[in-house]
Amino acid sequence: MELDRIEKLLEKYFEATTTVAEEKDLRNYFSQENVETHLEQYKPMFNYFSAAKEERYTKQVPLKPRRNLYQWISVAAVALLTFGIYFGNEYRERKQAEFAYQETKKAFELLAENFGRGTEKVAYLQEFEAAKQKIYNND
Amino acid sequence: MQQSEFINVVMPFKDKLYRLAKRLLVSKEEAEDATQEVLLKLWSKNESMGEYKNVEAFAMTMTKNFCLDRLKSKQASNLKLVHSNYRDENVSIQRQIEAKDSIRLMEQIMEALPEQQKMVLQLRDVEQYEFEEICELLDMKPTAVRVTLSRARKTIREELAKKHSYGIG
Repeated sequence: MELDRIEKLLEKYFEATTTVAEEKDLRNYFSQENVETHLEQYKPMFNYFSAAKEERYTKQVPLKPRRNLYQWISVAAVALLTFGIYFGNEYRERKQAEFAYQETKKAFELLAENFGRGTEKVAYLQEFEAAKQKIYNND
Repeated sequence: MQQSEFINVVMPFKDKLYRLAKRLLVSKEEAEDATQEVLLKLWSKNESMGEYKNVEAFAMTMTKNFCLDRLKSKQASNLKLVHSNYRDENVSIQRQIEAKDSIRLMEQIMEALPEQQKMVLQLRDVEQYEFEEICELLDMKPTAVRVTLSRARKTIREELAKKHSYGIG
């Protein structure tokens, strides 16, 4: 009876007209130890299907770390950019101030030099003054 | 969608994706890569995932397309030749050593099937999908699915019978 049904199911199976439930019956039948000798050849087939379903995907999928990494990289990049602009500006301002200072110093030095030259010339005037006093006093 | 939610959605069928990928790509590493790729793609789309009425079917189709693309590009870049050369050698050694290992034998028979038959067989006999689902996943007509499935099953029967009569199976 059982065997009869299995043989019928097998026939249907190879025509691909069995239902999922009937195919389950077939797999169950072939998973047991004692299978009729003339059906023995189908055993590897059904056992293989059952075994193949046991295979598992065990690898971890890096879902969050990857996403997080990108997030952190972007945060770091923005922070770096802000700091860069801020300190860059400060540095530039300092450079500019230093340049202005140097220029002013140069200008003052020029001025001082000319003043110095001025006083040198004024020293001759004193000579005149002394001579003049001598003349006035003699009179 | 949060990560934990996503994992809950994906968890029930991630093994199915992997098994389909392995059926098509054969190599374990490549199948793992493919599965990971598909899951990551799915994750990147997780905002719109609620719109798909059947995430599993969607993911299965993605896996199928991804693997077929892989195979195509492999064929184009001659990699397949290298691969099959390598495998042929492997098989002959294995045939001697593990001739009695029926699972191995079945794997070899399955590997030799055309891709379409591999997929239909995988989806039906291993994953027990209904015909309508297979039609949807593989974009095939019901009659075509039946014919392909029947052909694949009969090929396996013949191959097994050959081995059986040699006293191997």
